[in-house]
Amino acid sequence: MDWIEIGSLDDIPPRGARTVESHLGQIAVFRTAKDEVFALINKCPHSGGPLSEGIVSGRKVTCPLHNWVIDLGTGEADGPDEGCTNVIPVRQEGRRLLLGLDAHRKAAVA
Amino acid sequence: MNAVSRQRLVVVGNGMAGMRTVEELLARAPVRYDITVFGAEPHPNYNRIMLSSVLAGEKDLDEIVINPRSWYDENGITLHTGDAVVAIDRTAKTVTSASGRVVPYDKLLLATGSNPLMPPLPGLDLPGVVSFRDIADVEAMLKAAQAGQRAVVIGGGLLGLEAAWGLKRQGMPVALVHLMPTLMERQLDVEAGTLLQRDLTERGLHFFTSGQTEQILGTDKVEGIRLADGREVPADLVVVAIGIRPNVALAKQAGLDVNRGIRVGDDMATSDGDIYAIGECVEHNGQVFGLVAPIWEQAKVCAARLAGDQKAAYATPPLSTRLKITGIDVFSAGLLTAEDELDSEVVYRDAAKGIYKKLVIREDKVVGAVLYGDVADGAWYFDLMRQGKDIAAFRDRIIFGQAYADGPGGNSGLDVAAMSDDTQVCGCNGVSKCDIVSAITSKGLTSLDDVRAHTKASASCGQCTNVVQAILSHVTGADAAVAEAMCKCTEHGHAHVRKAIVEQGLKSQAEVREALGWKTEDGCAKCRPALNYYLLCAWPGEYVDDQQSRFINERVHGNIQKDGTYSVVPRMWGGVTTAAELRAIADVAEKFQIPTVKVTGGQRIDLLGVKKEDLPAVWADLNAAGMVSGHAYAKGLRTVKTCVGSEWCRFGTQDSTGLGIKLERMTWGSWTPHKFKMAVSGCPRNCAEATIKDFGVICVDAGYDLVVGGNGGIHLRGTDHLCQVKTEEEVLEYAGAFMQLYREDAWYLERTAPWIERVGLDYVKRRLIDDEAGRKDLYARFLHSQTFAQNDPWAERVQGSEAHEFKSLAMVG
Repeated sequence: MDWIEIGSLDDIPPRGARTVESHLGQIAVFRTAKDEVFALINKCPHSGGPLSEGIVSGRKVTCPLHNWVIDLGTGEADGPDEGCTNVIPVRQEGRRLLLGLDAHRKAAVA
Repeated sequence: MNAVSRQRLVVVGNGMAGMRTVEELLARAPVRYDITVFGAEPHPNYNRIMLSSVLAGEKDLDEIVINPRSWYDENGITLHTGDAVVAIDRTAKTVTSASGRVVPYDKLLLATGSNPLMPPLPGLDLPGVVSFRDIADVEAMLKAAQAGQRAVVIGGGLLGLEAAWGLKRQGMPVALVHLMPTLMERQLDVEAGTLLQRDLTERGLHFFTSGQTEQILGTDKVEGIRLADGREVPADLVVVAIGIRPNVALAKQAGLDVNRGIRVGDDMATSDGDIYAIGECVEHNGQVFGLVAPIWEQAKVCAARLAGDQKAAYATPPLSTRLKITGIDVFSAGLLTAEDELDSEVVYRDAAKGIYKKLVIREDKVVGAVLYGDVADGAWYFDLMRQGKDIAAFRDRIIFGQAYADGPGGNSGLDVAAMSDDTQVCGCNGVSKCDIVSAITSKGLTSLDDVRAHTKASASCGQCTNVVQAILSHVTGADAAVAEAMCKCTEHGHAHVRKAIVEQGLKSQAEVREALGWKTEDGCAKCRPALNYYLLCAWPGEYVDDQQSRFINERVHGNIQKDGTYSVVPRMWGGVTTAAELRAIADVAEKFQIPTVKVTGGQRIDLLGVKKEDLPAVWADLNAAGMVSGHAYAKGLRTVKTCVGSEWCRFGTQDSTGLGIKLERMTWGSWTPHKFKMAVSGCPRNCAEATIKDFGVICVDAGYDLVVGGNGGIHLRGTDHLCQVKTEEEVLEYAGAFMQLYREDAWYLERTAPWIERVGLDYVKRRLIDDEAGRKDLYARFLHSQTFAQNDPWAERVQGSEAHEFKSLAMVG
């Protein structure tokens, strides 16, 4: 796996998200109030809603389409809803953010 | 006091079937019996169906308790847990328990359930071999998972698959051995069973189908299994989940008529008329039971009989099955394949998307359904099947689901209005749409938990939760439900929080959460938008609007659509536009290839399907033509609808269009607890439909009638008459004061209609009509607040505000 730099922590508003275009589709990168960073495929397991547009609270995001609550760490829906979206590994080095993606893909930071 | 001594009912078995019967009985005849319950397990009554969710780590044990011990106390029930009944004396009419208790009965209910079916395998008694039946089994499995061991599950039916998935979720390597060539062969056809195996293999389960287990290996503890073809699978835990067998030992010993199960008639009585039996231990017309739906039906009949109803009779209802594995949707009901040449199969298959649907049709009636990957229409097919409905009219579209069966371009998604009243919503508990709707309306239910508590719908396996929620929303109005507490982050209700913000001078969300003891650090998607609004309303010009606490529509000033694009609605003051504005809209639509341009009900134009990254450029072009945001997405002032009035209309009494424009100019940009709509009609013919608006004006010869608290939507509510005024200035003053009263008083997401019903029209009149000084103060506060609110959000964003919202952070790979 390659660690690909996508930008700085400061690019994402606290309790907010930005998107990254990738060969896996759009990835949502979240920043919590405590400056933890998580990344998920930007699709709600329920009906594919863009999670990056949801309200971030604690380590959860609420999908804007039908209010499913998704755990940022595991990608899983809060019970009683059932479903899971893929988690992308993300690392912070200082304020730099790196996504863990397949080795053979090259970075092209916008 | 009731002098007549009560009859004694003893229930053997503290499981779901027995306690459901007791619940039904208490509902029908609360004082008829003194009830004693014996349970062999040491726990209170719990939801056995949810054991797989506990195993998968999705629920805690306490979450699956149905009736806590306090429930038994409250209902005067004597409960003996961890004490199995070992003998029945039918002559003396007593039962004896393992601990030596002897309890007399007038009526006895056997709900002894079932035992796991264990194949006669060598090594079955080795430590590490468990079944999947009760809490003790789950605890043993969780313990093994924590030790990081390997598991083999024997049995590829519902139970075995849920056990295997649960163990996998706990991090164990899991292999599943199944005797038949495909999984769940009793509920799924070969095609769906194969898809299921493929998907579960992708999720890391290993399968040995057509696998006959010959021996469980090990000396002191289990070490693996050996199959008949010689293959060996290593394991530290072996879960046997091949089926269940009715637990009939006690009944047999008591001399009751027993075959595979305890034989009962349609009245649920055994061969002894004072002894009833119910659930997995019984046999009715040669059939035994493992799914919950027919057992709930039995509980109803049995309770009715115990309550004295001589007519209640049981008949097995048609059954449907679902699998509780996260992200894998399976539904089946009735026949799995065509049985003869009279039957035909309609099949839809999309291998890439993993969707497979098959209906078995006989003489234009659905007699079976197998759905994999997309089960949204399961309930509908099941309903068609139960009703025996003739489907000839839409047979060519039926496989695409209900939305298309009613004609092309029908609504996608769940259409609550189109569901027939007797549609079964909760298969587990036999609850129809009608049951749910009447509980909501007659008891005033507002939350899913309330509905669960009152109807049991979605209280068992939870698969129908979305449907129940949709019905609740449908009946109560989409987001009008206002619960006691604002949300799970706090115990305080909206009224208390609003008061505290003003009285304690709390000026930020963090201060509110701190002062009022919030349970979460940064709130949730329910309370954050509410707090943001309350603070904005209380401290205009001081509190800084928190974008991250706003729903996406209010953050990007467009309406998110189901495909993630947005709709843009420019403001048209009073519904009046010009050739130049229309030309600018047309140019924008062409330039950005906006797929749909639609006239809205609020007299303006909606541009639908705008890509998010195009939003700032679209707004820039509209701004350049002098147009601003119509706030068609906002919990705020939406639109002021007008008719043409005295300027053109032969009936018009006043300049309704001009007044509408003045109202809109004054109120645009304001945030309110929920959306706020206005209209001005030029005469009592009311062409602008002012009587279904939050604030309406109806022009008459003598002046202006002001009406409030109306809305269209799900619950149509006509307005209440507030008063009549003489001048346009007064209309503006009353409108501003009314909006401010609503802004300061109502709860977030409460429209004016429910707000007025809550506080009463008299209160509104007192504040606005009787208290003239108060009205002027309200009006002044509204105008003050507007000095900070009337900034076009589009122009701000065109200037670069919140730019991060509209472009992606990076492109990789």
